[in-house]
Amino acid sequence: MTSERAPEPVTAAANPPLQPLASNLLPSDVIRVSATSDVPAPERHLTEVAKLIDVSKCIGCKACQSACIEWNDTHPDIEENVGVYENPHDLTPDMFTLMRFTEYENPVTNEFEWLIRKDGCMHCADPGCLKACPAPGAIVQYSNGIVDFISDNCIGCGYCIAGCPFNIPRVSKTAHVSKKCTLCSDRVAVGQGPACAKACPTKAISFGTKEAMVELASERVEDLKSRGYDHAGLYDPQGVGGTHVMYVLHHADQPSLYAGLPDDPQISPVVRGWKGPAKTVGLAVAGLAAAGAVLHGIFARPNEVTAHEEGEAEDLVEDHDQRHGDREA
Amino acid sequence: MTEERVYSAPGDKIETKHPVTVNRYRGYTRLNHWVTAACMIVLLISGLSLFHPSLFFLTDIFGGGQTTRWLHPIVGLVLVASFLLLFAQMWKLNLPRREDVEWSRKIGDLLQGNEENLPELGKYNAGQKVVFWGMSGLIVVLVTTGVMIWEQYFPHLVSIPARRIAVAVHSLAAIFTILIFIVHVYAAIWTRGTIRAMTRGTVTGGWAFRHHRKWLRELAGRQRSDPSK
Amino acid sequence: MTNAWTDIKNTDLVIVMGGNAAEAHPCGFKWVTEAKHHRGARLIVVDPRFNRTASVADVYAPIRPGSDIAFLMGVIRYCIENDKVQWDYVKNYTNATYLVNDAFGWAEGLFTGYDEAKRDYDRTSWEYQMNEDGTVKTDPTLTDPRCVWNLLKEQVATYTPEFVENLCGTPRERYLKICEMIGATSARDKVMTSLYALGWTQHSKGAQNIRGMAMLQLILGNVGLPGGGVNALRGHANIQGLTDIGLLSHTLPGYMNLPTEKEIDYTTYMSTRGNKPLIPDQTSYWQNTPKFMVSFLKAMWGDAATRENDWGFDWLPKLDVAYYDILRMFDMMSRGEVNLYFCQGFNPLLSFPNRAKLTQALSKLKLLVTIDPLQTETGHFWEDHGIYNEVEPSKIMTEVLELPSTCFAEDEGATVNSGRWLQWHWPGATPPGDAKHDTWIMANIFLRVRELYRKEGGVCPEPILNLAWDYEDPYEPEAAELAKEMNGRALQTLYDPKDPAKVLVEAGKLLPNFGVMRDDGSTMSGCWIYAGSWTEEGNMMARRDNSDPGDIGTFLNWTFAWPANRRILYNRASCDLQGKPWDEARKLIEWNGERWQGFDVPDIAVTAKPETVMPFIMTAEGTARLFSRKLLRDGPFPTHMEPFESPVENPFNAKLRGNPVARIFPDDLAQLGTSADYPFVGTSYRLTEHFHYWTKHNRVNAVLQPEFFVEISEELAAERGITKGGRVRVWSARGEIWAKAVVTKRIRPLICNGKPVHVVGIPLHWGFMGAARKGFGPNSLTPFVGDANIDTPEFKAFLVNIEPAAEEGASA
Repeated sequence: MTSERAPEPVTAAANPPLQPLASNLLPSDVIRVSATSDVPAPERHLTEVAKLIDVSKCIGCKACQSACIEWNDTHPDIEENVGVYENPHDLTPDMFTLMRFTEYENPVTNEFEWLIRKDGCMHCADPGCLKACPAPGAIVQYSNGIVDFISDNCIGCGYCIAGCPFNIPRVSKTAHVSKKCTLCSDRVAVGQGPACAKACPTKAISFGTKEAMVELASERVEDLKSRGYDHAGLYDPQGVGGTHVMYVLHHADQPSLYAGLPDDPQISPVVRGWKGPAKTVGLAVAGLAAAGAVLHGIFARPNEVTAHEEGEAEDLVEDHDQRHGDREA
Repeated sequence: MTEERVYSAPGDKIETKHPVTVNRYRGYTRLNHWVTAACMIVLLISGLSLFHPSLFFLTDIFGGGQTTRWLHPIVGLVLVASFLLLFAQMWKLNLPRREDVEWSRKIGDLLQGNEENLPELGKYNAGQKVVFWGMSGLIVVLVTTGVMIWEQYFPHLVSIPARRIAVAVHSLAAIFTILIFIVHVYAAIWTRGTIRAMTRGTVTGGWAFRHHRKWLRELAGRQRSDPSK
Repeated sequence: MTNAWTDIKNTDLVIVMGGNAAEAHPCGFKWVTEAKHHRGARLIVVDPRFNRTASVADVYAPIRPGSDIAFLMGVIRYCIENDKVQWDYVKNYTNATYLVNDAFGWAEGLFTGYDEAKRDYDRTSWEYQMNEDGTVKTDPTLTDPRCVWNLLKEQVATYTPEFVENLCGTPRERYLKICEMIGATSARDKVMTSLYALGWTQHSKGAQNIRGMAMLQLILGNVGLPGGGVNALRGHANIQGLTDIGLLSHTLPGYMNLPTEKEIDYTTYMSTRGNKPLIPDQTSYWQNTPKFMVSFLKAMWGDAATRENDWGFDWLPKLDVAYYDILRMFDMMSRGEVNLYFCQGFNPLLSFPNRAKLTQALSKLKLLVTIDPLQTETGHFWEDHGIYNEVEPSKIMTEVLELPSTCFAEDEGATVNSGRWLQWHWPGATPPGDAKHDTWIMANIFLRVRELYRKEGGVCPEPILNLAWDYEDPYEPEAAELAKEMNGRALQTLYDPKDPAKVLVEAGKLLPNFGVMRDDGSTMSGCWIYAGSWTEEGNMMARRDNSDPGDIGTFLNWTFAWPANRRILYNRASCDLQGKPWDEARKLIEWNGERWQGFDVPDIAVTAKPETVMPFIMTAEGTARLFSRKLLRDGPFPTHMEPFESPVENPFNAKLRGNPVARIFPDDLAQLGTSADYPFVGTSYRLTEHFHYWTKHNRVNAVLQPEFFVEISEELAAERGITKGGRVRVWSARGEIWAKAVVTKRIRPLICNGKPVHVVGIPLHWGFMGAARKGFGPNSLTPFVGDANIDTPEFKAFLVNIEPAAEEGASA
């Protein structure tokens, strides 16, 4: 049975098709693969998609978290209350998204603000996790912008954690693979938006083409400015080439107010160095040293002990015995 | 009366006199060395496989990426334990001495085969000492940074920025370790008659005379003062 | 709701007070974000806590629990003083111009006629001045000091900004900013909507809180308009349906009342329900009560209901008290006066106040039957769960039967949302195990009871034996059958009274609307307001056409809204006296010279002349009441009353405790605490992660909010040595609970009369059954007293004390 390919999704609100559609996210749509340099150029380029999280519309209800748990069939622990609203207390291998709550007293307006941000993978255009990953094919990036972890190829080393500028991936203690938001690549593949966006009751989470989301954001920024948020803006950090999860922030000049959202995220120079020049130079130096040793071994004269020296040694030992005898005598 | 050992370790002794053979390493020291060496080789291969994508295929030796990922740090710990034993046996004789300075200055003569121009040495020359202390230092660095990036057991030991530095330093240290490893192995091969010290445990008198004359002298002297019947 | 969820998008200003819409109604709240996004609407939140609704508000103001009336009367005072009044609306569509009886007055916190011994008012003086023909005297110039408007001005004069600040603890500049924003919606082209819920109802003066807002909205001219109204956000998915079909102990379907024992026959019952218009030409729709009542009685007893036997009126139960509300039932139970208690879809052990009393009451029952999809705490009240339910099972003799029922997702039928939409739904899952539909359980019990009556007889067997029960499978009536029965059908062919040759409805056919109902026994309908929901054209509740021709959110072809598929009540008031919309840009309906037409079903006879027939067709006046006459027990105007337990004295009269006419049983009066022992104000609320006591049974919800906690300010935490995340003990005069402490900047001490009032926030949702960690509900602490008019328990303001506690399991 041949079935039609699903359309590319343009909204999270679309209802599922009545007939199953074939995936429209193909292996050939992959444009980057971890630890792999020779990715074939894709035949087509999918429209870039994005999730827009409007912090000013978010009521922190955690419907996104519950939709994420349900869709991905994860089983986070029932933890305890530690005096805050975050539950689970952090992202975990079973909780790919998390509402983070910040109590903020605005020194300019003297107003109290409760800033609530949905944390999760940002799907960077230049993904630090993918750069850091040593396992070929464990992390892939599709031409629509989705950065996905392929658990079958993951070795659980946690390098992606060091690579990520947003502190997102979490390695499972049991399965030993790294987990994070997939932007519901499995739903997007069949023309659906992410589960969290679909579940969001206040449309704080929108999903569509990146272009449409940027446009929607500018509409929202204008509204926020009319409410006195002079620094309202879109968070689409260019330090990582832009992201496919973006925020509308009331205080776009201070992203870090929102539970430490990085002000200017980029792949750490340390990681760049490590995964860039160091990787090549290090291997080259080691290789050259080994080659040099081999060449030296072949062409240079070995350091050999001569028969004369063996004799000298005997003499030396005897000499000592002699002197010993002399002294005895 | 027993002469103090200055250039030799307990167990070092002249085995036979005609021809002269000298016991350089006792059995358990050699075992200790080879365990350390084996660990080092496993670590280098597994480490390299995770260091450069083109070497990832090496993980197959260990049964795949997942196994390599857990095996590497465990072997690292074994190496640390093993190396600690070696260290305890060798650190004293590896302390720098006055003659090391002159030896180092005249290293060119060594490479050109004019070893006779070099000063007389104890059990270890300055090059061997560099290897010893280099390895010791690098192992400390490697184990420290290794624990910092050991996801399975210490995921929250250090902050992520510290972890990034740790992983970079770990890689860098590993490269230096490889370099020292190459120097160590090659020097052992190039300097003929050396390897048997770690296999059979003995070297010829000529070898000792040529490379570690003070060591030989001390052993000869000890033999005199404490003749074995 | 006067309006609908979808209508909120039309508003300019949302005020959430007495509720927490974002947390308790996150899905409906999307229409607030919609209004903010696309209309630039502003959002005001007034609440003791900076809650999740406040997190997206433009202005937030704190308020001391139980002081809402003062706040609202203060806003009314501000509007009157600053001329923020929609005058054309007020003069024509409210009773502002009506003259009030000279004997009526208010002094020292009390209206005329108070009888302290009876805890009741003699309400005789709370009435208009009447002309001899039975119509009301009015003064259109509003100069007569006895007109409602001037009495209202006098009534609110006390509520100055200083008074409000001192009483409510709301900082003055914040309060005035809100007054200004609200006042601006008195303009014809500006509308405010009010969203409230249990934050207003769960007070001993709940009805007056809501009246306060209704009056404010009338003064601003915001009732009946798109984007306006007074909107109750109902809790359970079908709690609106519960009140619609008369499940309260004193009501009948369609907001008719159960007779009292004084209404000995049908004629007596109807004699006070003539609802003759008090102003000439007004609709006074309740004049049709006999049609609805007879149709209801015909639905109950079918052919057995005849004109000769007053349609079976005698078979209705008669009330010997105002009502048998749950507080009264449990009080009776605690005194051993109840043997058998059926608890259907209800978990009173956690839902009603003073849990110790509830446990004691349940222990005196002979038989408790629970019908529920979940294992409720009520059904397990006899189990020992350590501190979470400390009982001695061996001493409890109550037999408990748990009948597993299906949950809503396994049922077919309609649920009625807050906007009065009857939305039909289909089962999404098969019931697990032995679970049975509630209808099956009830039908099987009924048929067995009827059989017993048939065989053995008994006192007054007629209501049981004569009950109409013509379902295809009498053991399991279908949802469709019940829905059609509620809609009603013609029992004989109905002819047009104006043209007897014209057939309106043929015998046996479903009624198209309640307009065709008759009081001669020729129609039947189980719930008159649902008429039109399932007609000969089919199941109107199952419609799913989301077209909206006016782009005004009425969606007339989406399901069915009672009454008559009308989406905005009193929508005639969205137009001026001549029938033109107040705001052309927000047109809902209008008078085209001959009839009313538009995008909603007009809430007035379609040919009713605009300048003659006033919009509030359900009142005998045709206008809305700023002065509510005798209709509420605690006053025709709202007056500030303190909660029964309060750290603050009633500023009008220090002797008054709580609502002076609210019923309180002697044992419960003795169990009230004072601020000397319990210095802090407790208030209860819901969290968005959970739904009541249901979702703690669900693992995912338990993950998102796993453990019971209380919320306090940093100041109170410092004062009591409580640390964030530490364990605390909270106790009242009635009980104690242990919880984790959430120490937050979102709660601040309120400064009332210069003194700080600390609030302890106590969410519900935890118990000793289910997936989440074991915990408590606020009802272990709350007083056993309710609202003066309907006895909704006072859950939102009570006194507690708090201290750090040892960790669980640690020795104290």
